[in-house]
Amino acid sequence: MNYRSSFFILSCIALGFAFLYVPILSMVVFSFNASKLVTVWDAANSPTLKWYYSLLNNEEILDAAWISLKVAVINASGSVILGTLAGFGLARFRQFRGRFTLNAMTTAPLVMPEVITGLSLLLLFVALEQLIGWPAGRGITTMTIAHMTFSMAYVTVIINSRLSSFDTALEEAAMDLGARPVKVFFVITLPIIFPAILSGWLLAFTLSWDDLVISSFTSGPGSSTLPMVVFSKVRLGVSPEINVLATLTLTVVTAMIVGVSLWMARRARLDQAAA
Amino acid sequence: MVRLERVGITGRGLVVALPYLWLLLFFVVPFIIVLKISFSDVALAIPPYKPLLEWVGKNSLAIKVNFDNYAFLFTDSLYLHAFANSLKVAFLSTLACLLIGYPMAYGIARAKPSVRNVLLLLVILPFWTSLLLRVYAWIGLLKANGVINNILMSLGVIHEPLTMLYTPFAMYVGIVYSYLPFLILPLYANLEKMDWQLLEAAEDLGCRPWQAFYKITLPLSRNGILAGSMLVFIPAVGEFVIPALLGGPNALMIGRVLWDEFFANRAWPVASAVAILLLILLVPFMMWYQSVQARESAGAR
Repeated sequence: MNYRSSFFILSCIALGFAFLYVPILSMVVFSFNASKLVTVWDAANSPTLKWYYSLLNNEEILDAAWISLKVAVINASGSVILGTLAGFGLARFRQFRGRFTLNAMTTAPLVMPEVITGLSLLLLFVALEQLIGWPAGRGITTMTIAHMTFSMAYVTVIINSRLSSFDTALEEAAMDLGARPVKVFFVITLPIIFPAILSGWLLAFTLSWDDLVISSFTSGPGSSTLPMVVFSKVRLGVSPEINVLATLTLTVVTAMIVGVSLWMARRARLDQAAA
Repeated sequence: MVRLERVGITGRGLVVALPYLWLLLFFVVPFIIVLKISFSDVALAIPPYKPLLEWVGKNSLAIKVNFDNYAFLFTDSLYLHAFANSLKVAFLSTLACLLIGYPMAYGIARAKPSVRNVLLLLVILPFWTSLLLRVYAWIGLLKANGVINNILMSLGVIHEPLTMLYTPFAMYVGIVYSYLPFLILPLYANLEKMDWQLLEAAEDLGCRPWQAFYKITLPLSRNGILAGSMLVFIPAVGEFVIPALLGGPNALMIGRVLWDEFFANRAWPVASAVAILLLILLVPFMMWYQSVQARESAGAR
């Protein structure tokens, strides 16, 4: 196969990536700008780290980040368990009652507008509180449940597609040798799908960490997450601290993605060498 | 295990039961409650709606179904306008994503495997970075003393700053920008599986490149186009953050109307009715998406 692309395609790719990256890079550049006007470069005093200091001393943002972190970690761990079970069921059990419903329920959250999911979950929590007294009020618990509900759908898709792409021969062989299904899952299946589980955990973490709309509906007083604080600041205009926050986020995400993909590439090479 | 099987509970059943019940309780039941509340009266209480079922006298239970919220949505032109505008904005944004994203997905799929992985990583990266922060970046680029105006003025192209922020233009840019990776990824996944020898054969037989594209590549990538478009269109119809931050006060989108009814007016029943109508509008598209997905994965096996 020849890999030559036409001039038209190459320029589309170049312009497309410029469109995707100019806004992100502009935030990085202006995070070092001394001027309070944010987008007007103050050449005399820049680059400077002063907004980095000011962000790291901003109690409101740090408190919100701590809440977001707690919600995101619990959410990621919970949705990986639920999503792996659902993905395993959908990929390995050909026929079972409720298969169609389960499939629909794990696809719908992927495209459901967030305002609908947020509103409906809040109304459920209010109704449950009236009915059985739980959850009492809204806060971290209700937010985490809400996040798990949409995150697990993403994990399910990842696990399902990973399991569908490798054949069942190994699992069947283990069963033929007398291993019980639970043991087969933990000894054979789990190690094979581990990269997918890791991606699922990271994706669920990110979805929760970034979520604004569903959190706004399901949080209570005193449990504002980072995106909620950022949103209220951004509504008033640009702020140099938000540029810093964006730069730090981008750094962590880039390091994580590059790290994980290098690790997976290495794992794939080792697998190939072993085979 | 044996005893459990006798009552119809199997190991398999237990595996799917947990996620199944979770989604039933936290995804399906909430919609029933939204439906219920969309038929109830607004009340000055906590929560701000009246119950549907009420004890009348000692032994009779009355159901009061109130269609006022829906009637209200159809009589006040604001809501119909917002629905129509959301559909229009979502449709045009999807089209723009397709025009920008198709050549990109195509180019990535035809690149050398080593280059391909790097390019894919570059598409995925923004997807992992907060949507809120990426939308915020456009405020800095588009505002009156923002980056674009400053550059154009220093180059002498314009003398007065252009008004771009808080306009429909800014909202379109924000939506296309945020949703572009959602279109590129499924489209790439589809194009990657294509047999490029078909194109070579067509060209050997005298087909011009654009003809070969129109007759072979485009029809074969139909499922990828549909899946990617649905992933952009459906959430864009209900989008809240982008119109709220970039669109200005006149950007009438239904997601924003729902938000304001709920948070600013505390009109929970009206917000519920908006949600139900929005859902009815989107369900056909969601089912279409699901059937496209099913076809795609059946084709892959």
